[in-house]
Formats: sequence, C-alpha cells, structure tokens
Amino acid sequence: MSRETIIELQNVEKHYQMGPDLVKALNCINLKIYAGDYISILGPSGGGKSTLLNVLGCLDQPTLGTYLLEGHDVSSMDDDDLSQIRGKRLGFIFQSYNLIQQLDVLENIEVPMFYRGVTEADSREVAAHLAEKVGLGKRMHHKPTELSGGQQQRVAIARALANDPAVILADEATGNLDSKSGGDILQIFDELNEEGKTLIMITHDEGMADRTPRVIRLKDGQIVHDERKEVFR
Amino acid sequence: MRPEDVGATLNLRGLTPWRLKRSIILGFKSIWMRKLRSLLTALGIVFGVCSVISMLAIGEGASYEAQQQIKDLGSQNIIIQSVKPTNNSSAGEQTRSLVLEYGLTLRDLIQIQATVPGVNVVVPNRRIKDFIWFQSNSVDATAVGTVAWYPEMRSRKMVKGRFFTQVESDSRTNVCVLTQKLAKQLFPLHSPVGKTVRMRTSYFRVIGIMEDQVDATKVDDSSGTNPIESGSGEGLEMFIPITVLKDHFGDVLIKYRSGSFEAEKVELHEVTVQVEHSDQVVASSKAIKSILDRNHTDQDYKITVPLELLKRAERTKQIFNIVLGSIAAISLIVGGIGIMNIMLATVTERTREIGIRRALGAKKNDIVLQFLIETILLSGIGGLIGVGLGISIPQLISHFAGMKTIIQFWAPTVAFSISVLIGIVFGIYPALRAAAMSPVDALRHE
Ligand SMILES: Nc1ncnc2c1ncn2[C@@H]1O[C@H](COP(=O)(O)OP(=O)(O)OP(=O)(O)O)[C@@H](O)[C@H]1O
Ligand SMILES: [Mg+2]
Repeated sequence: MSRETIIELQNVEKHYQMGPDLVKALNCINLKIYAGDYISILGPSGGGKSTLLNVLGCLDQPTLGTYLLEGHDVSSMDDDDLSQIRGKRLGFIFQSYNLIQQLDVLENIEVPMFYRGVTEADSREVAAHLAEKVGLGKRMHHKPTELSGGQQQRVAIARALANDPAVILADEATGNLDSKSGGDILQIFDELNEEGKTLIMITHDEGMADRTPRVIRLKDGQIVHDERKEVFR
Repeated sequence: MRPEDVGATLNLRGLTPWRLKRSIILGFKSIWMRKLRSLLTALGIVFGVCSVISMLAIGEGASYEAQQQIKDLGSQNIIIQSVKPTNNSSAGEQTRSLVLEYGLTLRDLIQIQATVPGVNVVVPNRRIKDFIWFQSNSVDATAVGTVAWYPEMRSRKMVKGRFFTQVESDSRTNVCVLTQKLAKQLFPLHSPVGKTVRMRTSYFRVIGIMEDQVDATKVDDSSGTNPIESGSGEGLEMFIPITVLKDHFGDVLIKYRSGSFEAEKVELHEVTVQVEHSDQVVASSKAIKSILDRNHTDQDYKITVPLELLKRAERTKQIFNIVLGSIAAISLIVGGIGIMNIMLATVTERTREIGIRRALGAKKNDIVLQFLIETILLSGIGGLIGVGLGISIPQLISHFAGMKTIIQFWAPTVAFSISVLIGIVFGIYPALRAAAMSPVDALRHE
C-alpha cells in the first residue's frame, strides 16, 4: 500500500503505579495507521483500549516509547503544543457525548474553532454546514438537554469534524445508544471514511467490527491481533 | 486533585479583543445557567459595596453638616459667651446682693481691643427672653441686641427684607429682624415685613427675615450652661440694635422661677471677635483668655474657637473613615472568600467541561482565563448591583429620615473597582486549579 503514514507508535508503554503493583496498561505497542484507515479496536474490558486511544489522542503521554503524529514526535511536546494538536488534527467522540450543557448545538460545534482562532462569522458558517451534514439542520439552537442521545452524539460528530482533523477517535461512541441510533451513527462513520477520513473506534460489538476493513484486538495491554480484510457494505 | 498540582500560570498574551468578547459572552452564559447560585454568590459583594457607599454617604453628610455649622461661625472668629457660674464660691455674694451679676462686660471688651493685636471687628450681643406679640398671637422668644454687621460676621443670610443699619442703631430706631422660624410662628397667615411686633411695652417694626441656623457653639458644650436657655425656644430670635435693647430693657434681667424672683445682671451675653488671619485665632484666643481670667474670678465665660472645632471635626472624620474603611474591607474580603468558595465548587463540578474543552484544543491558559473572567463577571455584576443599591439607599434615608447624605463621585467608582479587584484576587486560585488538571483525569471525572 502506498498511502501515507499518519500515526506511528514505536514500543509505546503506559504504566500505572497502583500501590505496590506496576500496571502496564500498554505493553510494547508498535502500530502504524495510514491515511484513510477505518479501524475497530476490540478486546476484553481492562485490555487497554481506552488507554491506547487517549495516547493516540494526545490526551495522555506514553510512559515509554515514541509517538509520531504526521511525522512530529508528540512524546516530546509541551502542554500547549499538545492542546494545539488536539484542537487542529484530532477529533474526539465519547461514549457519553460530552457536550457543553450551557451551549446550544451550533455553539458546541464551534468550540474547537474558537480555540483555533477562527473568526465568529466563519465558524458560524462551518458549524451550520456541519449541523446540516449530521441531520440536525432543524435543531441548531437546541440545548443538549433538549436532544435525544443519538442527536447529541451527532452533534459530537459534527464538533469532531469542525477543524477538519487528520484522525477521528471514537471511544464506544454507540455504547449508550439503542441499535437504531447506533446504526445511524455508524452509517455516518462509514460515509466519513468514504470521504477519505481516518477513523479509529473502540467497540465491544463484533458486528460493528465486521464493518471496518481493519480490526485490532488488545489484551493485557498488547496487540494480539491486527488484520485487514475486504468489507462489503 | 491536590493544591500542589497547581502548575498552571496566567498569561494574557493570547487575549485578543474578539476572544475576550466571546469569553465574556461565554461567562455570562455559564452564570445565567446557574442563576440562583450566581445571585447568592454575588450577594456578599452586593452588600459589601452597597454598605460601603451608603455608610460613606451618611458619614460624609453628617460631617458636612457639622463642618458647615462651624464654618458659619467664621474661621477667623473667636466667640466668647457669658456663662452663669456653676461653682458655689459666689453663693455668699449672692445672698448679699439680690441681683446675680456675672458675664462679660464692656470693660473686658475694651481691654481685649486694646491689648490683643490683630483684633479687627467686635460684635457684642445681649439677649432677653420674653414673649413677643403680634396682635393676639404670642411666642416665647429671645430678643438679641447686636450691631449692624452681625449677619456678615456670622454668615447669616437674609431671606426677605434687610438687616438694620449703623444709622438705625445710632439713632435708636425701633426696628427688628426675625428668624424664619420665629416669623413662621408669629405670622402664620401674614407677610411679616412692615408689620409691628411687641415685646413687653416696646414696639418694633419688622424690616427683614433671616435664615435659620443651627448654633454650632453648642457642639462641644456638654455642661449645658449656655446662657441662652435651650429647648423649644431655640432659634426663635428677634434681632434689634443693641442700643435699643439697652434703652428699653435695661441691664437687669428679672425672671420669675418657682415662687421667687431671680434677677441677673449681664452686660453682654456674647461677643464675637474677629482677627485678621485665621492662623492668629489660637494665639489670640489664649491672649483673650488670660485677660478675662484676670478680670473674672468665677468661670463665668466660655471661649469657642470655630477653627479648632473644625480641626477637631476633621480629625473625628478621619477616625470615622478609618473605622469605616476597615469594616468595608472586612465585608468585601468576606464577600470575596464566598466567591472563591463557590468558584472552587464550580471548578470541581465542571471538571468534565474542563476536560472536554482541553480535548477540543483549549490550552491551560484558556481555561484559566475562562474561569477568571467568570469570577470577575460575577463580582463585577455584584458590584454593579451594590452600586445601584448604594446610591439609592442614602437617597431613601435622606428622604425618609431627613438626614443629609453626600455621595462623592469617587465612592461608587472605587467600590466597583474594588469588587472587580476582588474577582481577580479570589478568582485566580480556582482558575489555576481548573487548568492544572490533566485532560484524561478531567474527562474521567463523573
Ligand atoms: N488512571 C489510571 N490509574 C491506574 N490504572 C489505570 C488508570 N487508567 C487505566 N488504568 C488501568 O489500565 C488498564 C486498562 O484500562 P483501559 O481503561 O484502557 O481499559 P479498556 O480496555 O478501555 O476497558 P473497558 O472496555 O472497560 O473500557 C486497566 O487495568 C486499568 O485498571
Ligand atoms: Mg474503555
């Protein structure tokens, strides 16, 4: 394959000191992710999925090893640079939506653009466009409490797309949703990947993993399985 | 999270105007979302600021009135009053002579004028207390015999007509000037100027009305031995030329008290001495005292120096301001601690929001600014409400309690600035704590 490498992990480890025990939440991870990848991460509870995603998302720093994001060594960056990278190059989608309660749909989508320094008029326009794209064109001025779970998660997707990131990271994005709304969310993910976005999602559902061309399985902090397959949608 | 985790710092470099504007809007949204709590939080500042402004206004009003009264007495003046002696050393004398003789005499006056340098003008006056009649209407008042330049010396203004002249005094014309209070009681229906009033058997034509004034020589008079009986008759005065008073009423005042007659002889009840410069008054008053001490064995006079009263009033005001300032500072600090307490709780409560924002690209500094702006808005809004209340309460007090209040232009400004300052001082620590959390920990927070 001749696609460009977006992410490269070299011998990455994440350790937690729990009293006398050292927990290796990530144990010698080597991983390459390419532009346009669509990846499911599976594994037993406590296997290190969230830890891996937090490291990939620059929310957490690895204890050991090197993390290259688009060729930049993230493991040696300071807090301000990491914030900037999170805002500009990464998009997050969480299990519990994580919208800001005092802001309406448009304002929530605008948050990453605010921190990037986009002018108000421009960010308004982009936010409105994204709200349309995820099917919330008629809900732009609703507060999160006035939306269903599926709708809230779609706002979160629009927000993750706001700064046109290199990678979208989703930690059990459908975990709190019924199968219908969850299916809608996955539908959006599929479409985003078809448009060329790189997506990495954690899931517990083997059925969902069947939709993605690449599946990574984690157990006890190690990658036990990394396969690529043909998918028919 | 432990306090030592606070590794964040405040940096204002990235704060562009549009960013500030949007942060302020965001701050308002967060405050509005928790309306009741925000209001309760700001209440400490509201009351602090409000009480500072109104206490200052009341204090300023009170001291202004006192100072005005003292100033009306004249800063170049020394006021000497006759006082009925209270000590019993003269008791033997009193049994010998039926007439109690005390107080200032013309001889004192002449000596003062001859020996104390810089004495310019002297205003003597004598008083007689009796009923003043107009037709069938009578008022228990005081006739004050004085000289033509009395109003000028004691800064009393005429509201109608004029004061009597030197010529009228020399020619012993029966004219009089009434205080506003007396005029009102004696002439409830008529216009007094031009009418004739009577005291005992003498008639006087009213030529003017003089504005009322509070007698500030009583400011430090705790003994109550003022020669003019105070009480309901206070301020009810009829001014006539001193020459006329002497001609018509003589030197001896006779009073009928509890079954026996009591006679007093007082030549002068009050003398106002004016010196050339106000910095001479203290020295001159000492010189006058030594002269009078030689002439009077009884303590039958009292010297009032308005300038000294003024200085004393200013000192009192300073002390008052210091006490007031401390109370204000304490109440504002308490308000600030209240705000800090709530902001710390808010930071904990909004840990997740902080995590979300950090994940979406907010730097530590953005978080610090957001919480700091929110605290400043909160205390600033509290300050504004406090200024509003602080301006209206003194007006209500003036209106309903009749007390004079003065709001100085700087008081609301300073009080408001302090409330904003409190927002900064007490907001910085919660804001730094908010920013110090690691994004993963913040996101994991329930
Ligand atoms: N902050 C932490 N402190 C200590 N140990 C931690 C911390 N975060 C994670 N761990 C440990 O790291 C291991 C991996 O946790 P992680 O959250 O990545 O699992 P997961 O695969 O996401 O599980 P789940 O499917 O339940 O979400 C676990 O054993 C967990 O106890
Ligand atoms: Mg997890």
